[in-house]
Amino acid sequence: MQTPEQIKDRILAALPGAHLEVIPNGSPANQPSLLLDHGQAREIAKFLRDDPELRFDYASNVTGVDWPEKVVKEKVKVRKIIDGVEQEAVELVERKTPGFLEAVYHLYSMALGHGPLIIRLRTGNRTDSVALPSLTPVWRSCEFQEREIFDLFGITFKGHPDLRRILMWDNFADHPMRKDYVPANEQEAKP
Amino acid sequence: MNQELQNELSRQGVVLTTIEDLYNWGRKNSLWPLQFGLACCAIEMIAASMARFDMARFGAEVFRPSPRQADLMIVSGTVTKKMAPQVVRLFNQMPEPKYVIAMGACAICGGPFRDGYNVLQGIDLYLPVDVYIPGCPPRPEALLEGLIHLQQKIARQRLTGPERPRHLEENVPGEFPVPQFGPHDLVGPRLCKTRTPDANS
Repeated sequence: MQTPEQIKDRILAALPGAHLEVIPNGSPANQPSLLLDHGQAREIAKFLRDDPELRFDYASNVTGVDWPEKVVKEKVKVRKIIDGVEQEAVELVERKTPGFLEAVYHLYSMALGHGPLIIRLRTGNRTDSVALPSLTPVWRSCEFQEREIFDLFGITFKGHPDLRRILMWDNFADHPMRKDYVPANEQEAKP
Repeated sequence: MNQELQNELSRQGVVLTTIEDLYNWGRKNSLWPLQFGLACCAIEMIAASMARFDMARFGAEVFRPSPRQADLMIVSGTVTKKMAPQVVRLFNQMPEPKYVIAMGACAICGGPFRDGYNVLQGIDLYLPVDVYIPGCPPRPEALLEGLIHLQQKIARQRLTGPERPRHLEENVPGEFPVPQFGPHDLVGPRLCKTRTPDANS
């Protein structure tokens, strides 16, 4: 199979102007993934499915990831004037990274026998901008899994044919797989 | 009647009994379980009903697909919060006298999934459990022992007097409250309020 970088170039050649980013993976699995922009996500998905050299005709797995807002502390070397002399000093800088939700798709090609290619879609934040384009029109197998992500993470998929909760009951208000979810029985126990 | 006298009479070929004993003897040896399973414990329940372990030896092999014909509910497996109202409703549809066996750690208290967002922390929050069978899952022998314990319990039941079973009381409601789906959890009255975690600590 082509590497994600090659696939990225192939997409850019076919769909000029598409926003794509290769996300490296530092773990031993070393599976880099492609981050898609919302606007062209469905065209890119169609291209990945129909291109004769790629033919990713099977979305085996769709899952969600919750990335809460976090503060990263970094040591930065700066040049400062200390006692009238310019010196190099180490300063602790706090950097806030905003939180977001992510949908991760694992694609395989049954026809050509290769895969997986991992593509990601990210929401703007974790509260009000949680919409993503649905890829169910491209791969039917995404339907229930996108419903599950909608249920447990609270991502709304635009263009999904039947977006309802799938595990929890319909008038359930929370999203249990989010990192900040507190189960109801633990809330009761709090003083 | 005196047990010694009864034994003596039976040696002479005279059988004496009471209506109560005869009635209990009849129903304890023909328990009809409701045919439903919730998780892996159900596989052990099926094994117990098949030829190798043969629950028919204790008269409990007639698994009924309708709650109207069943008098024993074996809660075999994890009860999810989404399933709990249906389980309680099925129990309400069973005719009295009826009994509940909580089979396995999940049905007793939620088991390894106790802290899950969709797992009920024991069916005894909503149903009056007669026999608890621990195990994960319990072996078929354990289910059979639980069944024997239930039979002994039925044999001891009195039909009159202050110890008579719940369904013979006139002023006790016949149905157990069915939990409702709330925005964060199941809502509605529970049988045992002290079961909320860390209530005492």
